[in-house]
Amino acid sequence: MSAGVDEQEQANPGVQRGPGNDLRLVSLSKQFGAFTAVNDLTLTVPAGSFFALLGPSGCGKTTTLRMVAGLEAPTAGDIFLGDQDVTRLRPYKRPVNTVFQNYALFPHLSVAENVAFGLKRRGRKKVDAEVARLLDLVELGDRGRRRPQELSGGQQQRVALARALINEPEVLLLDEPLGALDLKLRRQMQIELKRIQTEVGLTFVHVTHDQEEAMTMADTVAVMNAGVIEQMGPPGELYDNPATTFVANFLGQSNLVAGHVTRMRDDLVEVDVEGTTVLASRTRSHADGGAVWVGVRPEKVFLDSSGQTRDHGINVVRAGRICDVSYTGVSTQYLVRMPWGQELTVFEQNTGARELFRVGACVDLGWRAEHTFVLDAAQDAHAGVEYEDLGT
Amino acid sequence: MTAPALFPGGGGADDQQQPPPPRRSRTGYLLLLPGTLWLLLFFMVPLVTLVSTSLYDPAGTLETGYQLTFAFGNYVDAIDDYATEFTRSLLYGGLATLFALLLGYPLAYAIAFRAGRWKYVMLLLVIAPFFTSFLIRTLSWKMLLADQGVIVEVLRFLHILGDDGRLLATAPAVVLGLTYNFLPFMVLPLYASLDKIDVRLIEAAGDLYASPPQAFRRVTLPLSMPGVVAGTLLTFIPAAGDYINVELLGTPQQTMIGNRIQSLFGAGSYPAAAALSVTLMLLILAMVMLYIRRAGTDELL
Amino acid sequence: MTATLVRAGRWVTGHLVMFVALLVLLYMFLPIMVVVLMSFDDTADVAYQFNGFTLANWSDPCSSYGMCDAVAKSLQIGLLATVGATLLGTLMAFAMARHHFRGRSIANVGIFLPMASPEIVMGSSLLALFVSAGFAGQLGFATILIAHIMFCLSFVVVAVKARLSGMDNGLEQAAMDLYANEWQTFWRVTFPLVFPGIVGAALLAFSLSFDDYIITNLVAGQSQTFPMYVWGVSRREIPPQINVIGTAMLLVSILVVVMAEVVRRGRNRA
Repeated sequence: MSAGVDEQEQANPGVQRGPGNDLRLVSLSKQFGAFTAVNDLTLTVPAGSFFALLGPSGCGKTTTLRMVAGLEAPTAGDIFLGDQDVTRLRPYKRPVNTVFQNYALFPHLSVAENVAFGLKRRGRKKVDAEVARLLDLVELGDRGRRRPQELSGGQQQRVALARALINEPEVLLLDEPLGALDLKLRRQMQIELKRIQTEVGLTFVHVTHDQEEAMTMADTVAVMNAGVIEQMGPPGELYDNPATTFVANFLGQSNLVAGHVTRMRDDLVEVDVEGTTVLASRTRSHADGGAVWVGVRPEKVFLDSSGQTRDHGINVVRAGRICDVSYTGVSTQYLVRMPWGQELTVFEQNTGARELFRVGACVDLGWRAEHTFVLDAAQDAHAGVEYEDLGT
Repeated sequence: MTAPALFPGGGGADDQQQPPPPRRSRTGYLLLLPGTLWLLLFFMVPLVTLVSTSLYDPAGTLETGYQLTFAFGNYVDAIDDYATEFTRSLLYGGLATLFALLLGYPLAYAIAFRAGRWKYVMLLLVIAPFFTSFLIRTLSWKMLLADQGVIVEVLRFLHILGDDGRLLATAPAVVLGLTYNFLPFMVLPLYASLDKIDVRLIEAAGDLYASPPQAFRRVTLPLSMPGVVAGTLLTFIPAAGDYINVELLGTPQQTMIGNRIQSLFGAGSYPAAAALSVTLMLLILAMVMLYIRRAGTDELL
Repeated sequence: MTATLVRAGRWVTGHLVMFVALLVLLYMFLPIMVVVLMSFDDTADVAYQFNGFTLANWSDPCSSYGMCDAVAKSLQIGLLATVGATLLGTLMAFAMARHHFRGRSIANVGIFLPMASPEIVMGSSLLALFVSAGFAGQLGFATILIAHIMFCLSFVVVAVKARLSGMDNGLEQAAMDLYANEWQTFWRVTFPLVFPGIVGAALLAFSLSFDDYIITNLVAGQSQTFPMYVWGVSRREIPPQINVIGTAMLLVSILVVVMAEVVRRGRNRA
């Protein structure tokens, strides 16, 4: 790697390579005419991490990626690699490479020539050994002479990856690279990508709309909606402690019930929900009082037949009536209609410990207080919902 | 292959990628500049000169020079004297276009949907005549349609022609020649349009109880309309202005407006010739405008 | 015998469209077959009929007075016009396909008009221009060349633009992402991919130029190109050698197209 570094610096005097530079976006904005695609975005991607930018189509994640790559000029804001301001640099002067959604492999060059492209442009003459090494890394060692058109989708994707990786960029950008692959291949590639990233130690920024993909692969996930970051953090934190209704709905599913804060203590919040008092931990409360949404994940809720008493520390809402039962093998999904008209979702794992409830049964819903999260009622309870099952 | 890619829309690559991010640079104008200048100077300006020439005093000659007298009377004279030729040109041009459409549509359809492996070969066969001098080809028609030729003999035998009927030096021969010469101009845009049609649409029509003729009438034909219109324009316009076919295959009875313009130029009657030319051009422009009104300008190229 | 006829008949009705299409192709090729045939004719006559078979025309095509000079002139003009039109037209095609500018609609119409205008109008307007500008006495090679570049330009633009539009322009972005600057991107990615389109356009321009009569005749003055020569002799004795040139043109073009296809297939297989 060191020999390569010297040659790179000679051929590409634009940016100093440091050992692991953080990628910093500062107040980044992009307007297309009257449409704001990216709105005052600020985030830091730590060097060497696997960072996922997650959001529905049109939320601005691809635009952000393109701005980091240099393919789109920001309307405002700055991009830093370490201490270097790269905002105005042309794409070919940035130590950043992209794996494109449709791969963008050069059809008039062979696979090996594609992979060698970046190195050759930077002035390297003897590239065969490197190319062979990268092709082996992505398990395409014997396909070097072929044309991209002759390869399958999965193979093309790996060529695109090798083509970007060989340049050892400071940041590798991946624009929904697994979108066109079928499910099995996608799972395989997810594991591959994560393995390569840990092995090579580069910073990966992965843009996707698939929340499962983001949560599986990334160290840090940023959920993006309509040009802004709703929340950023490790996948577990985003899932267990969503800060906005969008995140609550976009990642997995949530039950959101309207309520009113009655008391705020040091460590607990008491909320009145349709006549019942519900407790939540202060750390999972993102509202200051007044009208709120009380949220809980469906898999955290358990059903009891009516009238059972429960321990302190368990929130209970009573008098629900089951209106739908969906058996999916691993679990059963219940839709419970509550007295105030709302339908709540409950996932119960089919452990076999108890018989399934029937439609029409009267039940109480309970969950542990620490699984509750509280969100500001001003937010739209349906934000993020409709993107759940979209494939593309 | 490049030749078929000339009128059909592109080298066959899929159209699924996003539109190019438009580069608002001045490079676009710079690139456009040389070609635009050339066209302006040698197409637009000459048209202007043509108009002004048409308004010269008709009494002028190459020797004595011309006076710009705004002689609009030239136009009146032109339309008066040559009304027959104008109508004849429109008629022959129209007939040729019609026949070209009737002959060209099945050909384009066959290449687009039925040719399979032979697609490029058939396209090549359509374009190949292009590569032989069209004058020579038209001369060949002279031989094919000659009184002693096979075709005339056969037609006399079948009593389609009278015993002393002839093909050469008649109006049908001229129309035939026109149809022949401009057939590729009809076939290629038609093919381009038909090729873009998703076959599955036609299959869907069949699935929805349409018989093949119905599927054609209600799905294929409407979708191929851009090609039909483009082909019609590209055929009718040159055909109406042609004079070669008349000279080689016809008689003075079939004179078209092109012949008149050419002979007037030859005789040095520039104002009259120019007036005729401009009138023809205006007729054409009117039709192109009609087309643009309906289909917009992006389809043109 | 009847069985084959019946089978043939059934093929026709089953493949009616293809049958008609083949008939039309036959119609298109009939005169060409005559051209090839007549290139072996042994007598130049007015009546244009086949007299006797000879190979003399092919072995000595220039024996017809003035023909080879005319062919040479047509070739020269064709070459120069091709270079000029291809150059200007390619630049324009890049502008139309890749760049955003106001006046796009006007450009579209402006480029389309020469393709659709009757040749007699284009020729007469050019003649009018040259005469008014005082060049009536200098009509010749230069004026023909100017005219040819003019009417070939639009076709080049259409051909190259079609090729450009069909190209994935993400490729250029990928190239820049991979450290190629603008010039390198053009030279190593855009140009190789658009090149077949440019070659096709050049070939088209050449055939349009070589074959043009109406416009050339009006602005040629004393010069004579091959089509003008043919026109001249068409009123008199028609030497069979013109068919030699015609057939040769056809063969060369078919050869070029076939070679292009072979190259394309070969490259894709590698």
